[in-house]
Amino acid sequence: MQGLIDRLTALLNDGTVARVLGWKKGDMPYNPEPAIFNSAEELKDFVYDGFCGANLSKMMIEATKLEGKTAVCLKPCDTYSFNQLIREHRVNRDNAYIIGVGCRGKLDIEKIKKDAKGITEISGTELDGQEKVTIKTIYGDKEINYTDALLGRCHVCKGKEHMIADETWGESKDTADQERFEEVQKLEAMTAEERFEFFKNELSKCIRCNACRNVCPACSCRKCVFDNTKFDAQQKANVDSFEEKMFHIIRAFHVAGRCTDCGECSRVCPEGIPLHLFNRKFIKDIDKYYGEFQAGKDPEAQSPLTDFTFEDIEPGERG
Amino acid sequence: MYKISLKDLDTLFREIAGNNELILPVKKAGQINFGAYEEGVETDLINKSVKSPKDAFFPQFETLYNVKKTITPADELADGEEAANTKIRTKLSIEMEGLKDKDFVIFGMRACDVKGVEVLDNVFLSDPVDSFYKARRDHGIIVALACKEPEESCFCTVFGVDPADPTKAKADVATWIVGEDLYWKAVTEKGEKLTESVKSALTDADEAAVESEKANITSIMDKLPNTKLSLEGWGAGKTDEKFNSELWGKIYNPCLGCGTCTFVCPTCQCYDIKDYTTKDGIQRYRCWDSCMYSDFTLMAGGQNRTSQLQRFRQRFMHKLVYYPDRYDGMFSCVGCGRCVDKCPQSLNIVKVIKAFDKEEKGGAV
Repeated sequence: MQGLIDRLTALLNDGTVARVLGWKKGDMPYNPEPAIFNSAEELKDFVYDGFCGANLSKMMIEATKLEGKTAVCLKPCDTYSFNQLIREHRVNRDNAYIIGVGCRGKLDIEKIKKDAKGITEISGTELDGQEKVTIKTIYGDKEINYTDALLGRCHVCKGKEHMIADETWGESKDTADQERFEEVQKLEAMTAEERFEFFKNELSKCIRCNACRNVCPACSCRKCVFDNTKFDAQQKANVDSFEEKMFHIIRAFHVAGRCTDCGECSRVCPEGIPLHLFNRKFIKDIDKYYGEFQAGKDPEAQSPLTDFTFEDIEPGERG
Repeated sequence: MYKISLKDLDTLFREIAGNNELILPVKKAGQINFGAYEEGVETDLINKSVKSPKDAFFPQFETLYNVKKTITPADELADGEEAANTKIRTKLSIEMEGLKDKDFVIFGMRACDVKGVEVLDNVFLSDPVDSFYKARRDHGIIVALACKEPEESCFCTVFGVDPADPTKAKADVATWIVGEDLYWKAVTEKGEKLTESVKSALTDADEAAVESEKANITSIMDKLPNTKLSLEGWGAGKTDEKFNSELWGKIYNPCLGCGTCTFVCPTCQCYDIKDYTTKDGIQRYRCWDSCMYSDFTLMAGGQNRTSQLQRFRQRFMHKLVYYPDRYDGMFSCVGCGRCVDKCPQSLNIVKVIKAFDKEEKGGAV
């Protein structure tokens, strides 16, 4: 990590960039926060380890409006989101200096906490760390395999290549050990009633905190329709029938064809709702009906849902 | 003092649920939240719930009243009334939503959660009294549970909460899990009455086991990282000093402006009142609001907080300065740590307090 800090310091010192967007050490061993560093002095709190799951691409919408370049640390999967934001003209590429940081998968603290409470220290989470994560707790020490504590999205890793970067730092590892559409196929195998029951059960936990929307790089509308006070829907009201039928489904439709499957929605949900399943189902369907497409792979590529060809499938027609 | 074996808890729950509605920590789709008892339900009495039990007294959504519009058919008008005059033909009727009128039991609240209710009481039971809230408070019987395995995010002791002894909080019954048993002690008259009604499921017990459990919990709390947090510099009378600090500008930035912290919080009490248009009238409801949202306290004249920095500052100022200003120095954070666990960006009240502490001691933040 020191190598990365040194490089960022050099970029700041030689004036290549005006600031750095990265992660700042937390007050616990597992809670670093996204942060902007304006000087080499501030970089002493910079951290990059297994708990830096947050995708910083969306924060670049505001950061690239500032004067001077912002250096941003993007993991391979984050670069898809950044490319998609370029495609949508939401970030200013000229004001971004992208450091493609290496990644061996990011950790899900909820998985670690299942077996470890009263955590005081965690080691082995660095990029060049061990196979095992050691957790010291006031109730005794624990150990977990790094790969067993990965975020769900890392099991369907899109690969170790950065789709866009001005330079890279650190080695990456493809952590995929699951078929990308396996979870979707399980849903598809259910009857309509079973599927409805599944989502009803999951979505009934929704507290309408909007964390999924606010973290989503594809949800970059300046004003969300659900924040419109003149919109006569129940908005902040947490009513089962509403969010089951409306909020999450509308959101999934709105990001269809643009969602890169970065998995942030599921990572941040305080109720552990597997929100990515909606989006991944759309991705699978788009692949099937319009040909394989990965949002954010190429910032120039035409999205299948904003393009028209005479061969397009008709609404309601099933392939 | 009574006790019941943990493996017979379902008998106790069934007994309670036979007489009253019973709300307790239920595990559903992998997450723990307070919910209604049902036969065969999976409960979790050890781990922290995602949302606080606040809903039992102040639900996230509730209807206040319904307005119904009826239009008298033209041929039913009285003599002399003109059919074209819609003012005469249209009648509005208002139907109030009923208040809670049956007792209910909420089982498994922690000492911090009960203190949270005290924070809400100050707001909702002072003049003008919130009748919806009061009805629920009057009918609610709180069975609090001492913490078994406090977590690193817990810091309730900073706010004077004793997680080892729910009798000190405003609970009606205090309980402890010790070994294979649940110990049960009535604290208030309401609690005595509930105890009477479930006595057949309980057996007499000695207090000694509970005393050593209390000492155990206290020593765990001592080892937790956030229980040494200093609140120096916060509290009543600190508005100008804290409000004008430049530090807010340095620490708010990653805030997503989502409402997670406010919605999992046992003391956040802000709500919005809105109308939902039904096919023949409106449903007036209230729902929790969040100071993190852009339309929070939006009025005809516009917005009083236009940036996320201002919204972020509001939440912590309310908890640590404005509320103590208004209610004899009492803080409106109870240290449950739910926001610490759930903030998507890992920002939270503990980090805010630490950042100010560090700055005041002369360190860079």
